[in-house]
Amino acid sequence: MDEFKTVIGLEVHAELDTKSKIYCGCTTEFGGDENTHVCPVCSGMPGVLPMLNRKVVEYCVKAGLALNCAINPYSRQDRKHYFYPDLPKAFQTSQFDQPLCLNGYVDIVAGGQPKRIGITRIHIEEDAGKLIHGADQTRVDYNRCGVPLIEIVTEPDFENSAQVHAFLEALREILLYTEVSNCKMEEGSLRCDVNLSIHREGEPFGTRTEMKNLNSFSAAAAAVEYEAQRQRRVVLGGGKISQDTLRWDDEAGYNYVMRSKEDADEYFYFPEPDIMPMVLSEGYIERIRKTLPELPAKRRERYVQVMGLPMYDAQLLTVSKFISDFFDRTVAAGAQPKAVSNFIMGDITRLLNERGLAPEKVPIQPDAMAELLDLISKGVISNSMGSKVIEIMFEETKSPADIVRERGMAQVSDAGAIRGMCEQVIAENPKIVADYKGGKVKAITALVGQVMKMSRGKANPAMVNQLLEELLK
Amino acid sequence: MTITIETVQHIAHLAKLQLSETEMFRLADEMEKIVGFADKLSELDIEGVKPTTHAVAVQNVLRDDELKPSYDREKILQNAPERDAACFLVPKVVE
Ligand SMILES: [Zn+2]
Repeated sequence: MDEFKTVIGLEVHAELDTKSKIYCGCTTEFGGDENTHVCPVCSGMPGVLPMLNRKVVEYCVKAGLALNCAINPYSRQDRKHYFYPDLPKAFQTSQFDQPLCLNGYVDIVAGGQPKRIGITRIHIEEDAGKLIHGADQTRVDYNRCGVPLIEIVTEPDFENSAQVHAFLEALREILLYTEVSNCKMEEGSLRCDVNLSIHREGEPFGTRTEMKNLNSFSAAAAAVEYEAQRQRRVVLGGGKISQDTLRWDDEAGYNYVMRSKEDADEYFYFPEPDIMPMVLSEGYIERIRKTLPELPAKRRERYVQVMGLPMYDAQLLTVSKFISDFFDRTVAAGAQPKAVSNFIMGDITRLLNERGLAPEKVPIQPDAMAELLDLISKGVISNSMGSKVIEIMFEETKSPADIVRERGMAQVSDAGAIRGMCEQVIAENPKIVADYKGGKVKAITALVGQVMKMSRGKANPAMVNQLLEELLK
Repeated sequence: MTITIETVQHIAHLAKLQLSETEMFRLADEMEKIVGFADKLSELDIEGVKPTTHAVAVQNVLRDDELKPSYDREKILQNAPERDAACFLVPKVVE
C-alpha cells in the first residue's frame, strides 16, 4: 500500500428479538400501518411510567457472554439528549458509564490471517421512529420507536475493509445462534456505523470521521474503502480532516457530510430516574451462560478436527443453526458424519430450494434421517434410491423403512435374479457386447444401465457390474 | 461562576431555542444564580460517598416480555399540532 495506516472502529446496532418493546407492551413486529404499534409510553407522552423488559437485559447479557465480555454486576440507564423528531421524548434512554457488558472480543480470519477484534462495551437502548421526508414536511411514524437495541462498540482494531466484513459476518452468526436478534438487514435489524482515521506509521492517530447509514456488509466495506482513500487524498493534498459525521450513499458510492464538528454532539447524559438500576447476581449470569449454544466457529472446528469433514462441508453446515443442530442430532442417532453432510448439502438443500423453504422447515426428523442412512449403508437401498426416499419424506411423514417397503424400493441383491437380467441384456445387445470384447471397456456402463432400467432401479449396481464382467469373460 | 452570553447562546442552540438579546441577558443572570446555588453543594465533603442516582433504593424493576394492545391511532394522534391520516407532521428536517 502506501505510508498510511488506517484505523477503524465499529458501532453495531442490533434489534433484539423480543415480542414487546423495551419499556411498554407494544409489539416489535416489523411493518404494520404507520403509528399502529404505539402507546403513550413509546410515543413519549408526559407522565407515563416506562418499565424495562426483563428479556432485554437477558438478551444483552447473553450476547455479551457469547462475545467474551465481562458482565457488569451493577448497571444503569441514562438519558442521552438530542432534538430530532424520530425521538419523541427528546432523549434516548440508553446507557452511558455503566453499560451491561464490557471488554469482550471476537476472533476472526480475514485474508487468511487470524485477528482478534476487541469489544469495548455492549449496552441496551431504544430504537428511534421512522421519518418519511416529503417536499416540505416530514411525516413521523413511531412503530419502531422503543424497539429494544443493543449497541456493540468495538475497539479501533480494524485495519481494512476485509476485516470489517469478516467481523460483521462473525457477529451476525453469533447473534443468530444465540437467538437474540434475527439480524434481518433488510428490516434494519442490524446496522453499522464506522469510525475511521488514517495516520502515518509512527505518528499519532489522525482525526476520525463517523459514517452512518450502513445497512449491509458490502456497504460497510465499500464505505471503508472510499473513506480511507478520500482521507489519503485530503492529507496528501495538504488538507486537514475535519471531525465530521458522514452519511454513506450506497447507490452513489460516496459520503456526504451530515453534521460537522461545529454542532458536534453534546448529549448531556444523566441517570434515567424512571428506570431503576440493574444489579445482576453471579447466579443470574451463570444461568444465562448455561443457555449459550455451541457457537458456529467452535462447531466448524469440531466438524473438521473431530469428525474429519472438509472445511467446505463445515462452512455450509453452519450457515444455519437449525441445519447444524439437525446434522449433529442425525450423527448422534448413529449416522456417518460425511454421509449426513452429503445428503444435507445435496438432496436436502436442493429440495428446500425447489420448494422455496427456509432451512428451519426441513420436514424430516434426525432419527428418520439416520434410519434412512442406515438402510443405505446396509445395502437395503442404493444411494440413488435414497434420494427418492428423501423426496417422499419431504411430502409424507412416514418412516424410510415403511416408504421402501410400501413402494417396493428395496434393492435386489439376489444374485440369481440379477444374473437372469444380465443374461437377457447381453443377449439383446450384441453390438455393445462386441464393442466391449473388442477393448472398449467403458461400453459396460451402457449394459449396467440397461440392467438397472430393467430392474426399475432396484438392482444392486455393484453386483450388476460384477456379474456382467463375469459373464463377458 | 460567570455565565457568559456565549454560554447562553450555546445552550439555546442545543435546545433549539431562538432568544432575543434581552432574553439572553436575563437568562444569563438567572442561570448564574441557579448554578451559584448548586455550587453551594461543592462545599460539602463527599469523599468516599457514592453518587445517588435514584431517590429510592430499589433495583431490578422489570416486566415480563408480554404484549399489550397498542393504542388506537386516532388517540395517539389526537393532540398532535399537525398530522395527516396516519402520521405526525413536523417541519421538514434537513439531514
Ligand atoms: Zn408502546
